[in-house]
Amino acid sequence: MFLDFFFKLKNAKIPVSLNEFLNLLNALDNQVISYDVNEFYYLTRTCLIKDEKLFDRFDLVFGEYFKSIERIELEDVMSSVDIPDDWIKQMFNRYFTEDEINRIKSQGGIEKLLKTLKQRLKDQKKRHQGGNKWIGTSGTSPFGAYGYNPEGIRIGQDKRRHGKAIKVWDKRIFRDFDNTKEFNNRSFKVALKKLRQWARTGINQELDIEETISDTAKNGILNIKTKKERENSIKVLLFLDVGGSMDSHIEQVEQLFSAASNVFKNLHYFYFHNCLYEGIWKNNNRRWNERLSTYDVIRTYGKEFKCIFVGDATMSPYEIVIPGGGNEHFNDEPGRVWLERAITQWPSYIWINPVIEKYWEYSESTMIIKDIFKNRMVPLTLDGIDKATKILTQPNFN
Amino acid sequence: MEFSGSKNYISTNDLTVAVNASIALEKPLLVKGEPGTGKTELARQIANSLKLEIIEWSIKSTTKAQQGLYEYDAVSRLRDSQLGEEIKDITKYIKKGKIWESFETTKKSVLLIDEIDKADIEFPNDLLQELDKMEFYIYETGKVIKANHRPIIIITSNNEKELPEAFLRRCFFHYIQFPEIDTLRKIVEVHFPDIKKSLLETALKKFFQIREVPGLKKKPSTSEALDWIKLLLVEDLDSKDLKSDGKNILPKLHGALLKNEQDIQLFEQLAFMSRKED
Repeated sequence: MFLDFFFKLKNAKIPVSLNEFLNLLNALDNQVISYDVNEFYYLTRTCLIKDEKLFDRFDLVFGEYFKSIERIELEDVMSSVDIPDDWIKQMFNRYFTEDEINRIKSQGGIEKLLKTLKQRLKDQKKRHQGGNKWIGTSGTSPFGAYGYNPEGIRIGQDKRRHGKAIKVWDKRIFRDFDNTKEFNNRSFKVALKKLRQWARTGINQELDIEETISDTAKNGILNIKTKKERENSIKVLLFLDVGGSMDSHIEQVEQLFSAASNVFKNLHYFYFHNCLYEGIWKNNNRRWNERLSTYDVIRTYGKEFKCIFVGDATMSPYEIVIPGGGNEHFNDEPGRVWLERAITQWPSYIWINPVIEKYWEYSESTMIIKDIFKNRMVPLTLDGIDKATKILTQPNFN
Repeated sequence: MEFSGSKNYISTNDLTVAVNASIALEKPLLVKGEPGTGKTELARQIANSLKLEIIEWSIKSTTKAQQGLYEYDAVSRLRDSQLGEEIKDITKYIKKGKIWESFETTKKSVLLIDEIDKADIEFPNDLLQELDKMEFYIYETGKVIKANHRPIIIITSNNEKELPEAFLRRCFFHYIQFPEIDTLRKIVEVHFPDIKKSLLETALKKFFQIREVPGLKKKPSTSEALDWIKLLLVEDLDSKDLKSDGKNILPKLHGALLKNEQDIQLFEQLAFMSRKED
């Protein structure tokens, strides 16, 4: 049941699993919903889709799939199924007022009407609209939908006929949530987690069971021993390139940044533009007023800090190699000198580049920086981050 | 057992289907949505309308999955043994956690795991087995605890961390959307049945106007709307009092709606710009 729908979802790159699909069938078996297409839509969504970002893609697939089902004409159903007279009579009493029933009787009664209906269904092969004899929509014949004949039999028209209103899934209210990301933030965080270094710091707070037992056994009297709590002791400095050509990479960098600030408690970040010079800043809105001296930063943070540069390394080569080459101000010393000072201070360093790796060789400045960083440059992809964590955790990586 | 909202809680059609599916198939329901759209309230209302006991487990950044099952008090046991008591029954050193509590109730219960995204990124993975089979093993006593009645489990998340795939696969999922004006009207009427029609309409109109201003840091949501209208009623304001002039684009008592300085500044700028146009 609905197997092709399941595969359509798979084809649309929506991560659905067999288990979830079985859940849906199970829910249908358990009659969680009545026979209502909207409820069916909600049920499939709650069973199969686990992220509001995917709702929009799901809506599209659902709409496409169920359009093809809607196209089955009522006439096809009527002519393939022999509907018992009793059943239709019952429907009659529900749909018509007494006054209307009386008027139907004036036309020869319900049996005659039904007989004519069946006869006409047999004669009529195509879909029909308008006119005054054939069954279809908007006509004046007694049979069909949206008609003007009070003695007519209404076919396929319900108070809640879904064609009238825009269907729920056609509204596509979740469009804003879909941002088909290449990687999600979670996988970044998991990748960055490899950088954690566990160490026991702070005051003795945790009960050390091993030590307590051995000491108690030795002395014959209970002697509670405590130890320091285990904490993630990794310290990270993040230098982020902002502005100019970095604007097109902002989303990726934001993700990396939010992942990093979630994983590391001891994280300090600074902004620079294009290349590192004598001044950096902490708040990008106030970059001109609140500059920090790069010297001070280098002196403040010890060698144990891991140093991560994030930037596209795309600039004029002069900005790196000659004094006064910077494009925003006059720098007394070339950027290269500052970069080398930084990586001498923090021997565990990496440059993360959001530009796709195969384009690196076409940019001279990228190659210069890669050279300064002794090839420690990785792309801003999941693989790249993974590689970066390996480099940063091996003290003597070359 | 079927949930269809209650007299204090308006449940939209899609929410009702999701809740009933999770009750019928006895699987956890994960609820996400903007802050203040009634995620936590949902669990309480389900318990209320089905007349079940509710057990709330609020997650903090230091919460471990194990704490939901049980905690073993090794120190007390050590102390007692030092005092020369013979320990026959170690079960008294085992403290029940919230999940265990919900497994042991005499009737079906509702277990709310609130703000699961606050915990460590691996937290949901540590609960897979327990939520799937509704049983767990106590190492200290070697006993297996099985649920008498599988509780209705509602899990809320504020999207601070993404949840692992394996965990998501075991849940039903619902995203509580910010209500449309009709639904919000119903919600307000449920809370303040005596509110004057004219005040309600003006307030709702103003509220949605504020929500739709682009660039807001924190859009006001259902709970803010309710707080604001409550204030309006307490102060006994009229729909006329809510009319804004060019000088003051924000309605009275907007402190209940906008809780961010930058957002209020944004409105001041807008007012300034509209005055310039005049």
